[in-house]
Parts: sequence; structure tokens; C-alpha cells
Amino acid sequence: MIAYLVRRMLYAIPILVGVNLLTFSLFFVVNTPDDMARMQLGIKRVTVDAIRQWEHQKGYDKPLFYNRAEDGIGRITNTIFWQKSASMFWLDFGYSDDGRDISREIRTRMWPSLAIALPTFLVGLIFYISFALVMTLFRATKLDQAGVALCVVLMSVSSLFYIIGGQFVISKLWHLVPISGYAGGLNSFRFVVLPVVIGVISGIGSSSRWYRTIFLEEMGKDYVRTARAKGLSEIAVLFIHVLKNAMIPILTGVVVVIPLLFMGSLLTESFFGIPGLGSYTIDAINAQDFAIVRAMVFLGSLLYIAGLMLTDISYTVVDPRVRLS
Amino acid sequence: MRFMPVVLWSDALVYLLMAAGISAALYVRRHEHLLLPWRRVGKNSVAMVCLLVLSCFLLVGLLDSLHYRAELGQGSYSPEVLSVFDRIAEPLRLHVEKTYSAPLAITLYAKESILDPDGRVVRDYPRLKYGGAGLSDIADRDADVARRVGTGALLGLLLGSLVLWMSKAERRAVAIALLLISALFGVTLQLSAAYHVLGTDKVGQDVLYLSLKSIRTGLIIGTVTTLVTLPLALFLGVAAGYFRGWVDDVIQYIYTVLSSIPSVLLIAAAVLMMQVTMDTHPDWFTTSASRADLRLVFLCLILGMTSWTGLCRLLRGETLKLREMEYIQAAQSFGVSSMRILSRHIVPNVMHIILISLVMDFSALVLAEAVLSYVGVGVDPSMISFGTMINAARLEMAREPVVWWSLASAFGFMLTLVLAANLFADSVRDAFDPRLNRS
Repeated sequence: MIAYLVRRMLYAIPILVGVNLLTFSLFFVVNTPDDMARMQLGIKRVTVDAIRQWEHQKGYDKPLFYNRAEDGIGRITNTIFWQKSASMFWLDFGYSDDGRDISREIRTRMWPSLAIALPTFLVGLIFYISFALVMTLFRATKLDQAGVALCVVLMSVSSLFYIIGGQFVISKLWHLVPISGYAGGLNSFRFVVLPVVIGVISGIGSSSRWYRTIFLEEMGKDYVRTARAKGLSEIAVLFIHVLKNAMIPILTGVVVVIPLLFMGSLLTESFFGIPGLGSYTIDAINAQDFAIVRAMVFLGSLLYIAGLMLTDISYTVVDPRVRLS
Repeated sequence: MRFMPVVLWSDALVYLLMAAGISAALYVRRHEHLLLPWRRVGKNSVAMVCLLVLSCFLLVGLLDSLHYRAELGQGSYSPEVLSVFDRIAEPLRLHVEKTYSAPLAITLYAKESILDPDGRVVRDYPRLKYGGAGLSDIADRDADVARRVGTGALLGLLLGSLVLWMSKAERRAVAIALLLISALFGVTLQLSAAYHVLGTDKVGQDVLYLSLKSIRTGLIIGTVTTLVTLPLALFLGVAAGYFRGWVDDVIQYIYTVLSSIPSVLLIAAAVLMMQVTMDTHPDWFTTSASRADLRLVFLCLILGMTSWTGLCRLLRGETLKLREMEYIQAAQSFGVSSMRILSRHIVPNVMHIILISLVMDFSALVLAEAVLSYVGVGVDPSMISFGTMINAARLEMAREPVVWWSLASAFGFMLTLVLAANLFADSVRDAFDPRLNRS
């Protein structure tokens, strides 16, 4: 198990190097720091001095990969790649355009993100699976058909409409909870409810339908027939045998997103004014703060790879046949 | 009227897709075994109704993809790039009010200081310039609307029956849908001659016109993206599965790296960089339309580059399975070249996966456009799309009194398009998936 995990971690390194090189070439080779400076300072009426000064301030006035002017190790380390891109491996994300430490921002902002994303994830998971189980129980009846039709309609609605509509009805018409905002501690409950409810509703369509497909596939297997033959009720078959056996395909899709919950959701957070990582990213995109976007891309893939490893571990927990070696 | 045809980049890609689609259809027509799953789709009433709805959207999108510049006289041409659809919907495009007005309203939505006939200043709702212009009194409006709805529905039904009689569609559901659509078309046509059927937006543009224009953007995002996805996924996926060894390792590495970056972030990063490139090269485009258009094409390119990995993985898996089949081994032992095995035996046998995943992706891409435009990494802000409409409508919902019609029409049009696409995709999947084949 330990050996397997170490091997997986080693395997993750080339992928992260790939992500790092990709973002580096996207942000520094496709457009030179010169172009970015022009963009930030205004396209026209910008002097060469101003560009040089901007680059110096940001530390972009170095060679990309190899610095001939330096000696020894400095030839590698005193470059844009080393200081801006490779440094992300030791989680040093540098500074944003307004001079703040990005790592620090990430550490404070991930908690509000988690406060929204984790309840949405848990409530959603329970709700979708229950809904899918009910549809499977009543399969090939009018109820099942209606459920599937509802799912297709719900998944055809853009998530923007769920948020705008939900805010309008629940907060503006009924005045149940504040439209947006966030507060720490127990006070946060009022602010968390609406985003969580809307987040759960907007996922019903695609998720429930997907779980229903998984359950139906399991229903066709031999062990279900055996279970029925020994006289188990349909409910017992479904909730005990099918649910357990469907865990593997469910876990494949579910566990991988758990680490990404820290990143929050771009849309939800910006609509509800949650000071999390999602709204941080969206603000950075609008302000064209490339350092933050670069950091988020790297962090995102780091968490995704962690999610893949978690998925493998979770298999061993639910399925004794799976051994990691 | 003289004009100069203009072919924007996205137009060219649309024509290319059309040509590819038509030649594929002709090819399928001549081969009974390829036609068989499509016959199954044809037997499904829901699928056919969806196809009808989708073709209405497609028609609008295609008319909107034929661009031209009108002649102003003496060989000089207007800088404004218009489409055939703009020409057809000219009244809608040109009847611009001052600001917000509700659907079918004859006055503006907010009170203003106006001069009454006696020369005094009063606060009242000013009359619209075009909406209900022929009416003398607000009381006449309802009767006029009812009359127009009646004649419109009647004309539409007549037209629909004519089409029905000519096409000899025997399915009841399809016939009903056809009649409903044509009646709706007739009513809209009659009403929009005198009113703003879906109201006007902040700068007084007709919302119906905006919604219809958005269709092209959505369709292009949903279809042109496949031009990038398809070749990448097909070549790399099949090559990885067939050749295995280091080819497989390299291709797997590439798609693992790409798919490990959360897609919204990757798209955002790529679009930000594209913006910088476009801003530093203003000499690339001659008109603002070509600038917005190039951005749309780039967006499709970026979406395609980030979304081929899923299909590639599926194709690799399927090819791994296929290459162990007897007929492939037979071909190999006869000394048939790898290229020929791939093109004759592997690719035709993975086509159903490609088709299913393309139709399934279409609706996801249309939805993604709206989200990306909201995030600020979507289409050009000057381009009419569902995303920009929703983005503007967001502030209108916070207004008092609420301006709901922009959002409602974006919602309606998008839901119709995506729902039809989803249902059609489902039936295509059912018909093509060999695991589900019954006959």
C-alpha cells in the first residue's frame, strides 16, 4: 500500500511538470512579458521606460530559461521559469499584482470556499443517490419516466439561471435569506443556505440520471437474481446489495472532486459574494492578474491529482478484492 | 441593391461543416448498414420532433452566417457587416426604442418628463417610437393584438398544412409539432410587424432580434469546436490504442496533463492570453465584426483543445479492444499496412462512439458558452450571445421594477435549443450503442 502510494506520487511528478511547462509557455512564451506590460499599462502611449520598470517590479526582466550573466547555479535559478513557475512546486506562488502574498490569500480564502462546497457536495450526494434509487425502484413505470424527463429538463437549464432565479425568488421576493455576502462562524449559516440549495438543485439533472444508469446496470447482474431467488424484497435487494456494488463506479466519479472542493465554484462564489477561492479567481480573470490565474491552474491540477490518488485508496476501502500493489 | 459578400472565418468553418455533413449524409444514404441505426432514430417520435426544432434553429443560424456589406454608392461599401438574416429581420433590427419597454408594450417602462399637447411638462410613460405606433389609444391594443394573433395563427397553420402536405410526414407527433411551430411563426411574424414581441433592452434593441441572433453564436460554439476535437481525438486515440508502446505513453501523458487542469481555469488562462495577443495585434482585423468573429473562432479552438481528452480516452480503450479481434489479426497476418488497417477496419468501427460523443457534447458546449461569457472569458462583449444577454439581464433583475423579459427570453430560447439537443442526443445514443441493440 505504502509502496503503491509512493509510486503514484512519483508518477504525479511528470504530470505536474507538464502542467507547469504548459502554463509557463501559455503565460510567458505565447505572449512575451513585453506584451503583457503593454496590455497592463495601456496599448498606446506607453514608453519603453515604463515597460522596463513594470517588468523590473514584477521580476519579469530576466531571461526565460537560462541566464548567461550569472555564475553557477544562478544561471538556472535567476530566470523567469525558475522564480515564477518552478517555484510553485514548493507552493511558493509569489505575489499578486496588488502586492499580496498569493499563498497567504489561498490559506485564508479556502475556508469560505469549503463552507459552501462541502455541504453542497454532501447534501447533493445523498439527495441524488436517494432520488436515483427511487427511480430505480420504480423503473419502467410512469414515475421513473417522469423522473428521467425531469432530469433531462433540469440538465438543459444553464446553471446561471438556477442562481439568478434562486436569488430572485428566495431572497428578493420571499426575503428568506440575504441575497449575497458572507460572515465567519455560526453567522455564516444564513449566507450558506441559499448557495447550497441552489448548488444541489442545479446538479439534480445530470447526477441523478448518471446514478440511475449505474444502478440499472447493476440490476441486470447475476447476484441480483440470486438475491431475489432467495426471497429478498426488492427494497432489500436495491438498498443492500445493489447500492453496495454500485459503490465502485460511484466512487470513481465522486472521490476525485473532494480535494477540488477547496477551490470552490467560480459562479456560485461570484454571484453570492463569498470571499473564497472561486471569486478570487474570477476577480483575477477580470483584473487580468496573471500571477493568480497561474497559481490557480497549478493548484487545481495538484488537487485533481490528489483526488485521483484518493479514489484509488477509496477502492480498497469499499472493495476487499482490490489490492493496491 | 448591390453588395459585396463577406466571408468571416466562422462562416467559412460553418460552410465547411455543412459540406462535411451533407457529404456524410450522402455517403450514409448509399450504405444500408450505416443507414440502419438512423432508421431507428427515425422511428422515434421524440427524436424527430427534436430534429424539427433543431432544424428551425439551424436555419436561423445558417441565414445568419451569410454575410455581406451593402453598397453605399459609387463603389464604396458600408463598413457594417450584415447577414441575410439581418436583412430579413430588418424591421426588428432597425426599430430601436429609447430604452426598456415590456413585451407588446406601447409605452416605455419608466416614466419620463414629457411635453403634453398643451406644452406643459408632465411625468408619464412616453409612447414608443415603433411599438404599437399605429394605435391611437392603449385600449385598442388588446383588440389589435388578438386580431394579429388570430390572423397569424391562421396563416401559420395554412403554411404548416401546406408543408405537411408536401412532405407527407405521417407521424402524428411530428405533424402536430410542425403545425405548432408554423402557427407560432405566423403569430410572431404578425405581432413583430407592429410590436416588440419580447420587449426591448436597455438601449432599446428588440429582445426577439437579440435572441434570434444569439442562436448562431451558440450553434457555432457547439459545432465548430468539434472541428478541433474530432481530428485530435480520433488520430491520437486510435494511434495510442493501436500502436501501444511509446506512442501510447506519450499520448497518454499529453491527455493526462491536459485533463488534470480544471477545464474552466485552463480555458480562462488560454482566453486571457488570446486577449493579450489580439490587443497587441490590432492590425489583424479590418472591421469590428471580424475582430469579434476571430475571437469566437479562437474560443472554439481553445474549447476544442481542452475538450478532446475525454473522447480520446474512449477511442483508445475501444481500439485496444478492437485490435485483438480476429479480423484485425487476419489483416495483420496478410501483411496489410497499419495505415490501411486503421482506416479500413478500426476507424469505421469506432465511428458510433464519435457520433454519440459529438451529439452529447453539443448541448454541454452551448451551456458552457453562457457560463464562460459570464466569467469574462467567453465571446467578445460586442457579440450577441446567450451569455452576454444573461450577463446584462443580471443587473436588470436587481432593478426596481424588475426587467424580466431579457432573462426570460434567453432562458426560453436556450432551454428549447439545449433540451431538443439533449433529447435528440439520447435517441442517437440509444440507436447507435451496440450494447443496447435489440434487432
